[in-house]
Amino acid sequence: MVEIWAPFWIVLTGALAGASCGLLGAYLVLRKMSLLGDALSHAVLPGIAIAFLLSGSRDVLPMFVGATAGGVVATLLIETFHRRWRVQEDTSIGIAFTALFALGVVLITAFAAQVDLDQECVLYGEIAYTPWDRLFWGERDMGPRPVWILGVVFALDLLIVVVFYKELLIASFDPEMAVSAGISAALMHYVLMGAVSVTTVAAFESVGAILVVAMLIVPGASAYLWSDQLKVILTLSALMGVVSAVAGYFLASAWNSSIAGAMVAAMGAIFAFSLLLAPRYGLLGRFARQARLSIRVARDHVLLKLLRERESRQVSALGWGDLVDATARRISGLALRSLIWQGLIVRENGRFALAEPGITRATELLRNHRLWEAYLNQLGLPPDHVHDPADALEHVTDDHLQREIRMALPNIATDPQGKRIPEAR
Amino acid sequence: MLHTVDESITPIHIHDMTVAYHKKPVLWDVDLAVPEGKLVGVVGPNGAGKSTMIKAIMDLVPKASGWVRIYGKPYPRARRAIGYVPQRESVDWDFPIHALDVVLMGRYGHVGWVRRPGKRDRERAEEALEKVGMVDFGHRQINQLSGGQQQRVFLARALAQDAQIYLMDEPFAGVDAATERAIIDILMDLRARKKTMLVVHHDLHTVRQYFDWLVLINMRVVAAGETRDVFTEENLNKTYGGRLTVLSEAAQAVADHRGGL
Repeated sequence: MVEIWAPFWIVLTGALAGASCGLLGAYLVLRKMSLLGDALSHAVLPGIAIAFLLSGSRDVLPMFVGATAGGVVATLLIETFHRRWRVQEDTSIGIAFTALFALGVVLITAFAAQVDLDQECVLYGEIAYTPWDRLFWGERDMGPRPVWILGVVFALDLLIVVVFYKELLIASFDPEMAVSAGISAALMHYVLMGAVSVTTVAAFESVGAILVVAMLIVPGASAYLWSDQLKVILTLSALMGVVSAVAGYFLASAWNSSIAGAMVAAMGAIFAFSLLLAPRYGLLGRFARQARLSIRVARDHVLLKLLRERESRQVSALGWGDLVDATARRISGLALRSLIWQGLIVRENGRFALAEPGITRATELLRNHRLWEAYLNQLGLPPDHVHDPADALEHVTDDHLQREIRMALPNIATDPQGKRIPEAR
Repeated sequence: MLHTVDESITPIHIHDMTVAYHKKPVLWDVDLAVPEGKLVGVVGPNGAGKSTMIKAIMDLVPKASGWVRIYGKPYPRARRAIGYVPQRESVDWDFPIHALDVVLMGRYGHVGWVRRPGKRDRERAEEALEKVGMVDFGHRQINQLSGGQQQRVFLARALAQDAQIYLMDEPFAGVDAATERAIIDILMDLRARKKTMLVVHHDLHTVRQYFDWLVLINMRVVAAGETRDVFTEENLNKTYGGRLTVLSEAAQAVADHRGGL
C-alpha cells in the first residue's frame, strides 16, 4: 500500500519544504540576508544535540524546541557580535554559525555517537525514505511523519507572513520608521529568524541541509527578477519552490539519480530561465530594450537627415548609402526598413524621401533639437558646444518637457546658429 | 537660562539629554523647549549630532541620561503625535514596493499591530500623495522615481501620519529646485495649521527665509530661539568654529542678509 503512494508522498514532502522555504527565503533575499539562511541551517545543530541529550528521544517536539532555541541563540550571537562588538556583519555570521555547527558536531560525536544523527543524513537528507517514516496516533497509522511536520510548518509560515505582512514589510523596508511607529523591527527580525530556524529543521530532516539552503535562496532570488511587488514575489517564490520539487522528483526518476539533487538542479534551471527571460530584470529583456532604443535613435537620425537636406539644399530624396550610418550598419538598416514599413518614408527610384507623416515627426524632432540648443546656449554653453547634448536629448523629449523649454525661451525663434525653430504642428 | 516650561503645551521638551554611541558622547546636556506652531531649523556642521537629536527624541537611539517629553508625555505614549521624515538614503529604494504603499506606512502607527490599513487609511495616503503633487505616481515602483520624487514620497508618508509634530532629517538634501519649493510650501501650510516642525537643514543661505525658530548645535546646543535673535555671526562662529570654508559661507549668509535689509 505504501509503495503505491510513495511517489505522491515524496513529491508532497518536497513541495511543502519548497513552499515553506520559498516563502521565507523571499524575505531573506529582500533583506539581503540570504547567507543567514545558510548560517541558521547549520547553527541549529547544537540545539538539536542538546535537546536530544536532555530528552533522550528524536521526537518531533524536543527536536523543534532545540532547533528553534539554536536558531535564536545564533541570531542573538550574530547581532551581539555585530552591534555591540562592532564585528562586520558577514564576519559575525561566519563566526557564529561555524562555531555553533562545530559545537553541535562535538556534542553529537562525544555523547551521542551511537544514535542516528549522522552527518551524511544531515547534509544530504533522504527524501526517498519519507513514505516509510510513519506517524502513529496510538495504534493508527496517520501517514508519513515528514508530511505532517512540513504541513504544520508551512501553515505556520504562511500564517506569520499573512498575519504580520504589514509589520514585516515596514521592518524590512524602513526599520527606524517601524520602531518610531511602535512596531519593533527587532521583534520582527526574531520572528522571521525563528520561523527560518523551525522551517530549516523540518525541511532538513527529509531533504538535507544543502537542499534547504538552496530552497531558501534560489526561489526567492528567481522570483525577485520577475516582479516589483512584494506580494507577487512571495507567491512566485513559494510556487517556484513547489514546481522545482515536483520537477526534481520526475527528473530523478527519469535519470535514476538523487531526488534532493535533482530538486536543486530544477531550482537552478528556474533561476537560469528567470535570469534570461524575466521581462524587466532578465538579460533578454534588457537586451531588447537597448536594441529598441538604438533603433529609435537611428530612426530619428534618418528622419532628421532627410528633413535637413530638404531644408538646406532642397534635396528631397537620398540614397541608401547616405542614410545608413556606416558605424552601425545593421541597426540603421533596420531603422530604415521600419520607417518604410510604417509609411514615414517612401522609396522613389531607389532613393528615399519623407512621406507626409514622416515630415511631421521629423519637424517635431528638429524642433526638439533646436529648442535644446537654444536652451543650452541660454544656460551659458557656447553655440559650438550645444549640438551634441541636444542630439542626445532630442530623442527623449516628450510634449510636456518640450512645452516647459518653450516657456523658458519666450522670445526665441532661432537656434544659436540662426536656424529657425519650427513651430509645433 | 532660568525658565519654567509648561509641559503639557510644549511640543518637544528635552531635559539634560546626553546621547552616546559606543560610550562616546555625540550630544551633551541638551536642554531645549520647542514652542508650538514653529518651523524650526536644526543647523550645525557634519557630525554635530543633528540626526542623533531627532532620533533620540523618538527613542531610536538610547539616551545616556536626561529625558524627552512630547506634550508632557514620554515618547511611547505620544507616538501618534509625531511624523517622521528620515534621510532619503536611509532606505533601499530598490525595494519591491509602490509609492502609495510607502505612503500607507504612515498609517501603520494608527492602525496598530496585525490589523490591516482600511479604506479610510488608503484615502488618507492618496490625499497625502496629492498634497505633494505625486498623485499620478502612486503605482510607480519606487526605484523609478527621481531623487526629488522619492523625497516627496517620504514627506507624503509623514503627512499621512497626521501628526502634531514633524521631525525631518534633511528633507532638502539633493532635491531639485521645484521639489524644494513644493516642500517648503507644504511646511508653511503645516505651520499655518499650528503644527510644529523640527527640520535638519544644511544650506545656511536659506535659513532666514525658511525658519522662524532655530537650533544651532555642535555636539551641544550652541543657541536656540527666534531666528532673528539666534542667526548671528557670533553664534555661527561658535557653531562652526574653525572650519574655514563653512565659516566664510556662514559669514556670507549673514552679510547677504544685512545687504538685503
